[in-house]
Amino acid sequence: MMLMLILSLSVLVAASVLLILSRDTLRLVVGLAMLGGAANLTVFLAGRPGSTLPPIIAAGAETLSPAAANPLPQALVLTAIVIGFALLCFALVLIANLARHDARQDGDALRASEPDATDPIKPPVMEP
Amino acid sequence: MLLLLPVLIPLAAALLAALLPARGRQALGVAAALAQTLAAGFLLSALPAGGRLSLVLGNWPLPYGIELAADTLSAALILISALLGLAVMLYSMGRDDPESAAATPLMLGLLASVAAVFLAADLFNLYVWFELMLITTLGLLVGGGAPRRNEAAFKYLALNLLGTLLVLVAVALIYAASGQLNFTALQVAGQWPQVAAGLRPYLGLLLLALLLKAGALPLFAWLPASYPVLPPPVLALVGGLLTKVAAYVLLRLAGQVFAVPDLWLEALGWLALLTMLAGVLGAAYHWDVRRILALHIVSQVGYLLLGIALASPAAAAGTAFFAVHNILVKANLLLIAGLMFASAGHYDLRRIGGLYATRPLLAVLFLVSAFSLVGVPPSTGFWGKFMLLREAFEQERYVWGGGALAVGLLTLYSMSKIWLEGFWKAHPDPAASAGVIPVPAYAAVLLLTGLILVMGLYPEPFIHLAQVATAGFWHQGSGT
Repeated sequence: MMLMLILSLSVLVAASVLLILSRDTLRLVVGLAMLGGAANLTVFLAGRPGSTLPPIIAAGAETLSPAAANPLPQALVLTAIVIGFALLCFALVLIANLARHDARQDGDALRASEPDATDPIKPPVMEP
Repeated sequence: MLLLLPVLIPLAAALLAALLPARGRQALGVAAALAQTLAAGFLLSALPAGGRLSLVLGNWPLPYGIELAADTLSAALILISALLGLAVMLYSMGRDDPESAAATPLMLGLLASVAAVFLAADLFNLYVWFELMLITTLGLLVGGGAPRRNEAAFKYLALNLLGTLLVLVAVALIYAASGQLNFTALQVAGQWPQVAAGLRPYLGLLLLALLLKAGALPLFAWLPASYPVLPPPVLALVGGLLTKVAAYVLLRLAGQVFAVPDLWLEALGWLALLTMLAGVLGAAYHWDVRRILALHIVSQVGYLLLGIALASPAAAAGTAFFAVHNILVKANLLLIAGLMFASAGHYDLRRIGGLYATRPLLAVLFLVSAFSLVGVPPSTGFWGKFMLLREAFEQERYVWGGGALAVGLLTLYSMSKIWLEGFWKAHPDPAASAGVIPVPAYAAVLLLTGLILVMGLYPEPFIHLAQVATAGFWHQGSGT
């Protein structure tokens, strides 16, 4: 179980680094989403995964069974998933809007906010 | 409850403002910023001297409950960001473009999340508020959705989302290594040598991610790529606060919570010097006022990092004072850039001029802030740099201190470029007529200029406050 989680985590990180290094805007966003997934898995792995015993103190007992699952990383990972999902939706709409203006989806072609210099010495004028 | 007010007021106002028509939104924005300022001032005065107030949410005892805590440093920074929020809301009140009104709820959300970062006493909570800061800033960047705005938002998103994801990974790994997320609990856990050694690589990841968000070399390219497309009030709020928030978290974590190895501090000092130089040299190339000022943000972050790298209570006091100075002065200069655009019709210095003749009051206001940014005595910048440089020379860091002085000189070059080209020379288009500056916008700039003047001419209570706020820093022992 642990080994499988770690293997999938490494595959996710490797794939996301490859995608993030791409100039294609969609690939970059997908890469960031995969890295977000890897981050969530890391949070999950951080606190004793593997136990399927719910963290509930049994009737009559005073303390939690030592074999019970750790509830804290699960709470953390839920929060992180929700936030990551919201940001992913925002990023997808953003690149869809970018693609409507310029269908190449090339990160290097995004020069409207930083125009290319035409003069060898002085910077270009950006209209307000 | 007092602790929650500076977060709850702008958050509630943001939700309410989204329902109101444009005019009502702006009025509500001013009212909410004023209320937040009062709440922050009350919080600062209610703090016991050198002590902290803490509130544990979630009905769990520490270290499991979510702790919010304010010490003098947090409360003072919340107060200054609330004051900046007030000035920015006043400024946007005078603008009747649809975007300023649409941006009000997001600006209030940003103010709430910044205050919450200052209050967070828990690593995961810190991450959540960083994400809220990120999403509100993205909304502000996209604005009306012009292609240029989308591009800027995309560039901002790519690097900053990477930064927050790295923060999340680092937080998870620190939890795995120590079993703690609460700052106080982490500080205690770090006393055990095995725990401290196990934490170290993950701590490095966390600090690197925060350096990205602070805009340090080499990962500051997102800042000049995205900030200049913002309209003036939003630019002042975002440019004045965000990088400083990340620098504050670095100071808090390195100076109070974790023990950082000496070698890292040495590296941070050199990185700070290079960041200062890169920012100021980039600014020297540009002619667009917004770009010049955006690159100066990078350069000023270098001073804050220098103060952290010097790792002493005196340097931490200098960093705190410099952060407050920089939030005020940088935001004020960005607002003044907006007024220059409103009167002369362009941001590029090659297309404007003659502002000294048409707007003498604006020229005086610009000079006060520009001299403060450069560090001419007696100004806030002078006292901030003096505190940092004295500590650098006392620790025999002559290259760091000398470099910081040289950067001050180069800052003077950029400021005199704006003065000569924007204010002194005649307008290149003789037929150009001066635009109208709304009264609330002047009021906002006057408010910030007044604060800068008071802090510069009578710095003693502020320096004393900074020393009280950071007296407990760098006592956990340097890493071994």
